[in-house]
Amino acid sequence: MTIPETDAIGPSDDLDEAPRPGEVAQELIETETMELPEEEEQLYVAGQWQLMWWKFRKHKLAVVSALVLILLYVVAIFAEVVAPYDPSTYFIRYKMAPPTPIRIIDAEGQLRWPFVYQRVRDRDPDTLRDIYTEDRSIRHPIRFFVRGAPYRLWGIWEMDLHLFGLDAEPQEQAIFLFGADRMGRDIFSRLCYGGRISLSIGLIGVLLSLILGIFLGGVSGYYGGRIDTVIQRVIEFIRTIPAIPLWMALSAALPADWPIVRVYFGITIILSLIGWTGMARVVRGRFLSLREEDFVLAARLSGSGEIRIIMRHMVPSFLSHIIASLTIAIPGTILGETGLSFIGLGLRAPAISWGVLLQEAQNVRSLAQAPWVFWPAAAVVLTVFAFNFVGDGLRDAADPYAR
Amino acid sequence: MDNRDLLVEVKDLKTYFYLDEGVVQAVDGAAFDIRRGETLGVVGESGCGKSVTARSIMRIVARPGRIVGGQILYHRPGNGNGRQQTIDLTSLNPQSYEMRTIRGAEISMIFQEPMTSLSPVHTIGDQIGEVIRLHQGVDKDESRQKTIDMLDFVGMPLPDRTIDQYAHQLSGGMRQRAMIAMALSCHPSLLIADEPTTALDVTTEAQILRLMHRLQDELGMAILFITHNLGVIAQMTEKVVVMYMGKVVEQGDVDTIFHGGMHPYTRALLESIPRLGQKTRDRRRLAAIRGMVPDPYALPRGCAFHPRCSFMKPGLCDTTAPSMQEVEPGHKVRCARYTEIW
Amino acid sequence: MIKYILKRVLMMIPTLIVISMISFVVIQLPPGDYLTSYAASLRQEGDRVDEAELEMLARRYGLGQPAYVQYYKWVSGIILRGDWGQSMEWRRPVRDLLWERMALTVAISSISIIVSWFVAIPVGVFSATHQYSVPDYLFSSLSFIGAGLPGFMIALVVMWIAMRQFGLNVGGLFSPEFIGAPWSWPKVVDLLQHLWIPVVVIALGSTAGSIRTTRANVLDEMNKPYVETARAKGLKERKLIWKYPVRVAMNPFFSTVGWTLASLVSGQTLVAVVLSLQTIGPMMLRALTSQDMYLAGSFLLLLSTLTVIGTLISDILLAWVDPRIRMEG
Repeated sequence: MTIPETDAIGPSDDLDEAPRPGEVAQELIETETMELPEEEEQLYVAGQWQLMWWKFRKHKLAVVSALVLILLYVVAIFAEVVAPYDPSTYFIRYKMAPPTPIRIIDAEGQLRWPFVYQRVRDRDPDTLRDIYTEDRSIRHPIRFFVRGAPYRLWGIWEMDLHLFGLDAEPQEQAIFLFGADRMGRDIFSRLCYGGRISLSIGLIGVLLSLILGIFLGGVSGYYGGRIDTVIQRVIEFIRTIPAIPLWMALSAALPADWPIVRVYFGITIILSLIGWTGMARVVRGRFLSLREEDFVLAARLSGSGEIRIIMRHMVPSFLSHIIASLTIAIPGTILGETGLSFIGLGLRAPAISWGVLLQEAQNVRSLAQAPWVFWPAAAVVLTVFAFNFVGDGLRDAADPYAR
Repeated sequence: MDNRDLLVEVKDLKTYFYLDEGVVQAVDGAAFDIRRGETLGVVGESGCGKSVTARSIMRIVARPGRIVGGQILYHRPGNGNGRQQTIDLTSLNPQSYEMRTIRGAEISMIFQEPMTSLSPVHTIGDQIGEVIRLHQGVDKDESRQKTIDMLDFVGMPLPDRTIDQYAHQLSGGMRQRAMIAMALSCHPSLLIADEPTTALDVTTEAQILRLMHRLQDELGMAILFITHNLGVIAQMTEKVVVMYMGKVVEQGDVDTIFHGGMHPYTRALLESIPRLGQKTRDRRRLAAIRGMVPDPYALPRGCAFHPRCSFMKPGLCDTTAPSMQEVEPGHKVRCARYTEIW
Repeated sequence: MIKYILKRVLMMIPTLIVISMISFVVIQLPPGDYLTSYAASLRQEGDRVDEAELEMLARRYGLGQPAYVQYYKWVSGIILRGDWGQSMEWRRPVRDLLWERMALTVAISSISIIVSWFVAIPVGVFSATHQYSVPDYLFSSLSFIGAGLPGFMIALVVMWIAMRQFGLNVGGLFSPEFIGAPWSWPKVVDLLQHLWIPVVVIALGSTAGSIRTTRANVLDEMNKPYVETARAKGLKERKLIWKYPVRVAMNPFFSTVGWTLASLVSGQTLVAVVLSLQTIGPMMLRALTSQDMYLAGSFLLLLSTLTVIGTLISDILLAWVDPRIRMEG
């Protein structure tokens, strides 16, 4: 061996420093970003969203879920139109009526426009229960955009147009897609209206969490130090209180004589009381890592105000993560409302929410007799899963490296 | 050549990784021999396939990697009767009893990161004793005694205390000693050392290298020493294999490689070593190998090194893959132009 | 280690104080004075109102005095005399009502955790070691569904199926004849016969979560170098997986048992209401709806305290199973 000993031991790391293809590409991208002129910044931001969309689009389940969610929200927004009947109308002849079978093949075996047969109510001589049979001689075709019960769309426009319905007088012959409840109300119509509260409470609740979370988490992460410690302590503390019992206690304290709207906001606030802590943690974490970034320092050196730095430079850079976290937080709020209303501590009739509707299913005997009162649960589960999948897809799209 | 000296023959070994993005030919036709008691160095850049070669010999290549071709002949030393047995390791099921009796006992391995290569929640003694119990069929007390002896043997201070400690309580050098104790506890005939000192500081590295020298003198095992550090190669090994993009590009004994290296890649590697004694004033910039490691999914046609080679001849190097040529006995090079350029 | 535990216990105290304040606020939330409502409820039942008894209650809880005096009397009553206040509806001391319910609740939750581990750990490990195989996809989708379904709906469905298929009304923990009866061997047997439905329902959600956690943790650990070291020793694959990556992956799992238990106890409230279990859930709901506030407040305080203690236990366990934390002291 002729290589000098001293030389031999020194670790010559230069081999490892040979840049790898990925690293070089990374550098290229970074330099490009820095050289972008100011006016092209918008374009670059758009590019990021474009990237997110491409990534999201690959997640088939998430895309389908997103479409389902859009459909659900459209139904809730246009509940008056989509619902064939008024949600509070009693069809006394149809108490506990099962869902109306929709047919396309008539008794003679001929293919027809979708129709329902005439329904006849009978009484079971043994159990004395109402039973419903079809009179196959009379067909009622399903009509789209029929005139029916008058309503005020969003409380403004007087209308009487409904997406679908029968030509017959509703009290005589009605179509119940999901059956009728104990009072003879159309469960499908009630579901459409119930979606308004249940679906919006998720959004508004999460919005409240977001405002609190961004504000407190941002303050905590941006300033650090003692403020951070205090806020972190508060968050830790709130997290030690069990959510469901606290929700129950607080919603039980809402006065029974409050109008629906006030109870609605009361419940929303109660639900976001705990939700914001999760949001604050996400925001704080992001702020902590961003605070050290060069572009924040650059903004500060160039004399930008604190608020401007936060809103203009920091928030956009983690907006995608926030949106993903928001989406994932929505189901919790929806389930919270459903659960509370279900046990009678949340919204109460005459308010209509999916949780309120589910109260019908609380008695297992009525559930066994009329399983269709369980449809609101299906709506809740569908919504929750859709949000979960969309949230998953968004999270992956927002951060390709997150697991 | 005395064939009875041979311990492991790697013949045309091909280990490919089947990924979604494509197939990575991590090892593509590697061939070399390891003789008993000798130290063979394998050198090359990160990703050249040297670690995968080692894992192929151990048969612990992780999915989606697979040995797709070639042979690894292991000449198991006879138990005193002088008769040896030859086993093709590539033909064994990695999970089979036969492979498991070889792995860890007759061929063992130490890894680069002594911190993460030891379990954080088991004591050092538990992890070493496990190997001893597994391969030697001794009971707990005996294996504990053997573990203490082994720790003492590798120069672990206070071995009877260290045995009950956890990895995080030890320094980097001590952890690597523990790893070495574990690997040598069943007196293997081949120790594979995969960059054993890369994660250590210079002083500790020197200690560990000295330790390995001493242990080899005393136990007589062969060492396959994998590193990217040519200095360590020079100090530790007798023969060198230079790998580039999954292929052996040059092999020979250490003096030949350092002073008469033929392959442009070997030369480039040697030139990138900083040398003591170069005057500051007239010191040239350290020669770095130009270009970068090619994309493993799309290897260049012809010689894999041609895009970075200063002696590349268009029409030859970028079209025809060169074959291994024997320069002199024991010295082989894979370059089409080695006769012209030196 | 002892220093570490002491530090944690001391850190618990301010949390507990704030929790007790919040519970007190909950007690105070309903409009009107506790005594007036109490007297009213007595009258409603047609009982004679004993002025002396009311007087005594007023003195005992400092009713009519400033809030901090009431708070002090309430808290000191709990700490010094174990006096949790008087349940208006049951007309018994809250203390008498709390413990049996609490014990049943914790018992059901503990059994559920054990059941869910027995299912989740092998499944999770299998999923991780057979990543991207058909069973892995199957288990992953099932656990995704299980984790997304709210417990009270599962409870409803289970009850509905039992009703429809077997004509059984499966609510409750005891057959009617044993409710309120003293503990006896037949009562225990009866309890066990009723227990499986709530256990299955409660365990379902946590099993799903645990499968996901196990799978993710084991996958994480499987790629660590120490697993390769173990493989290089010549160990059998199955043995090395259970000894090394699974062992390490289980650390956060077992060590959060205190926290999991506490969250299960609170989380099953709705399930308990649906299944009408004799646990704290339905009783708390009833106390809240009838504004029996000492009872409701006590439950809130007890559940929160349980969570705090659960967190403490988890922290200690984590330090105990993980030598890296243990040594820091």
